[in-house]
Amino acid sequence: MSLKNLLGDWSKYRKGHEEGGFHKYEHMWGLAIDLNKCIGCNACSVACYAENNLAVVGKDKMLSNQGMHWLRIERYWDEPQLGGDDRDFQERGASFLPMMCQQCNAATCEPVCPVAATYHTPDGLNAQVYNRCIGSRYCSNNCPYRLRYFNFYSYYESSWPAPLHMQLNPDLSVRDKGVMEKCTFCVQRIRTAKDTARAENRKVIDGEFNTACAQSCPTKAITFGDMLNPDSAVSKKWKAQQVELGKAEQHKANRDLRGYRVLEGLNTDPKVLYLERVREV
Amino acid sequence: MQTKDINENIEWAKINADVLRSMENPRIGYWIAVATCIAMVSCAVVAEIYQYQTGIGVANLSWPQMWGLYIATFVFWIGMSHSGTLLSAILHIVHADWRKPIYRFAEAMTTFSLMTAGLFPIIHLGRVWNMYWVLPYVSDRGIWPNFRSPLSWDAFAITTYLTSSALFLFIGMIPDLAICRDNARGWRQKLYTVLSLGWQGDDRQWRHFRKIYLLMACFLIPLAVSVHSIVSADFSMSIMPGWHVTTFPPYFVAGALYSGCAAIITLFIILRYFFRFEEYMTIPILEKICKLTFAIAMVWSYLNLVEFAATWYGHDQVAKELLLWKFNGPYAPFFWTMLFCGSVMPFALAFEKLRRHLPTMFVVSLLLNLGMWLERWMIVGPTLSLSYEPFAWDINWPSMVQWAIVFGSFGWFGLLFLVFVKVFPSVSMYEVKEMVFHRRRAHRPDFAVELHRRATDPQPGRSPQPGQNPSTEGA
Repeated sequence: MSLKNLLGDWSKYRKGHEEGGFHKYEHMWGLAIDLNKCIGCNACSVACYAENNLAVVGKDKMLSNQGMHWLRIERYWDEPQLGGDDRDFQERGASFLPMMCQQCNAATCEPVCPVAATYHTPDGLNAQVYNRCIGSRYCSNNCPYRLRYFNFYSYYESSWPAPLHMQLNPDLSVRDKGVMEKCTFCVQRIRTAKDTARAENRKVIDGEFNTACAQSCPTKAITFGDMLNPDSAVSKKWKAQQVELGKAEQHKANRDLRGYRVLEGLNTDPKVLYLERVREV
Repeated sequence: MQTKDINENIEWAKINADVLRSMENPRIGYWIAVATCIAMVSCAVVAEIYQYQTGIGVANLSWPQMWGLYIATFVFWIGMSHSGTLLSAILHIVHADWRKPIYRFAEAMTTFSLMTAGLFPIIHLGRVWNMYWVLPYVSDRGIWPNFRSPLSWDAFAITTYLTSSALFLFIGMIPDLAICRDNARGWRQKLYTVLSLGWQGDDRQWRHFRKIYLLMACFLIPLAVSVHSIVSADFSMSIMPGWHVTTFPPYFVAGALYSGCAAIITLFIILRYFFRFEEYMTIPILEKICKLTFAIAMVWSYLNLVEFAATWYGHDQVAKELLLWKFNGPYAPFFWTMLFCGSVMPFALAFEKLRRHLPTMFVVSLLLNLGMWLERWMIVGPTLSLSYEPFAWDINWPSMVQWAIVFGSFGWFGLLFLVFVKVFPSVSMYEVKEMVFHRRRAHRPDFAVELHRRATDPQPGRSPQPGQNPSTEGA
């Protein structure tokens, strides 16, 4: 923000902020998740553990909410008006909501970090710099989705007893205690793809690579891609669902459209599109 | 019934003697208090070492209960620090001279509670050893803190406030330190000689002193208000229900003055009892602080109601649910205790009989502070437990590690205070003399003129008679 912004059209500045500030975006990685296809199998979560060296904390610490699952499958049962607490209707089952970092363009976690350990990259990612983090945990408190996880202990000492440490992904670090971490959209894969593309003097091709969750989903519920590329699968889905970045609430003309973003009204401008599950009532 | 703030016929020599006596020969009770405080601090040190070695998880902080008692107690101690500024700066500017016998220990309380508060943001960090990254130190890599973050504002606000209030405490003490220097021997004399900065009490020095004191007072008032507003920004700048409240800055400042005044009452009674300061810390002065506390308590209660009403009519469904959940959820016992201690208890201060009864006031002031401590916890805790994401709704009660560190912080504050009262005069001698002089002049102008004539008489001949011809030594 400059004096010019202050004196000029203030609403323009605010609008720009909603769209992620004044970055010159190279890419804008986004997701589309079809909840109709999600069967709650947790394969994405497991893949995330394997890909991103997530600490396996054990049952005790998981129960006291000190787990590190970057991607969690939330389970919800139907509203009571649809026939009571749906736990009684097991045949209908729960609804699943896979939640990973929403990589908000107007992320609430970013401005509150005292040391700027979390910031927005030109890739449209909400990056977390582990080496810079001092563990004030303010970002987690200010994340309305509660998608940031904290290393409450030095989990690495117990998480991968030999020979399990051999399966750690060498492309990214293992985090020590006192550091905040969260889903990165598999930034190491993004880097590799970009580097390869640059070496071959071309642009990154849609579908060339995938995040671990999208790759492992057995029902192909998760679509990953660059939203600045109008031909990518993910931007086509966003377009088809008439969901647009930089809008707090989506006013869709067609009632049959299923696309929404979680807690849209908070104006955090998340980059994960969900397609509502259609159920028989 | 005592109605005068202070005895007008009190002698200068007696004031000096009384205050200097309080600094000497600690009795057994003092050493017991010191030992208790050291034991409390050791508890916290052990807990902190354990937490440092193992990780923040041992405090039973968890996802999503990331802050817990540490930040709540941090806000509590910051709040406590505001009373010293109220007494020494605001009341100085409005010429309320009854503050004079009691402002010194209130100012010390400011400094020490800030020193306690400052520990908590450090303790609660995941990587304590990197805490200095919050400060804008010059780095050859050009890395700065995030100036948008209320936590970096906190760092600036608290260090500024701590520096200024310590400086203010010291400056206000210089004439008294000179009195101490003239009456001390051994290491004390060396210490006071250095600290009194060559104070001789001549006209020029007094003029400069008055100027700088007034300047500091004017500087401290907006500073104190901004410090707690910035602390409130930790919450109100966030997006969370129950934190994202516009009235938080005045609410926090009112709460700060409130808990600070309550703490002044507590320490007032303790000092009066143990140091036999009945002549200076008189019941009418206590009454005046009680009235002040009552007024602030009502402001605080009003702002509470404003917050409830704003939430209720604000149509923010989540904030509304959170408010109701505070009223009847698992935190409800603490919430109602807070409202009882914070809004109902102060009515005890409205009755003259209770106000003049020291044991009652002692208990009441402790309860008021319990309420204010709970208030801070009720701001931090429930919002983290219940916010936007239903999947993250959870309550994690603090573990023994958290309790030990919170407990130890009181010992740390007590220890600093105990050292202070034995090394520095906890009643301002020169300002009490001023107060006595002004009262005398108001009530018996002719006598005051006579005293003034004698004080400036170049040939002091007659030996002073008790009660008639007080010496002006040191004033």
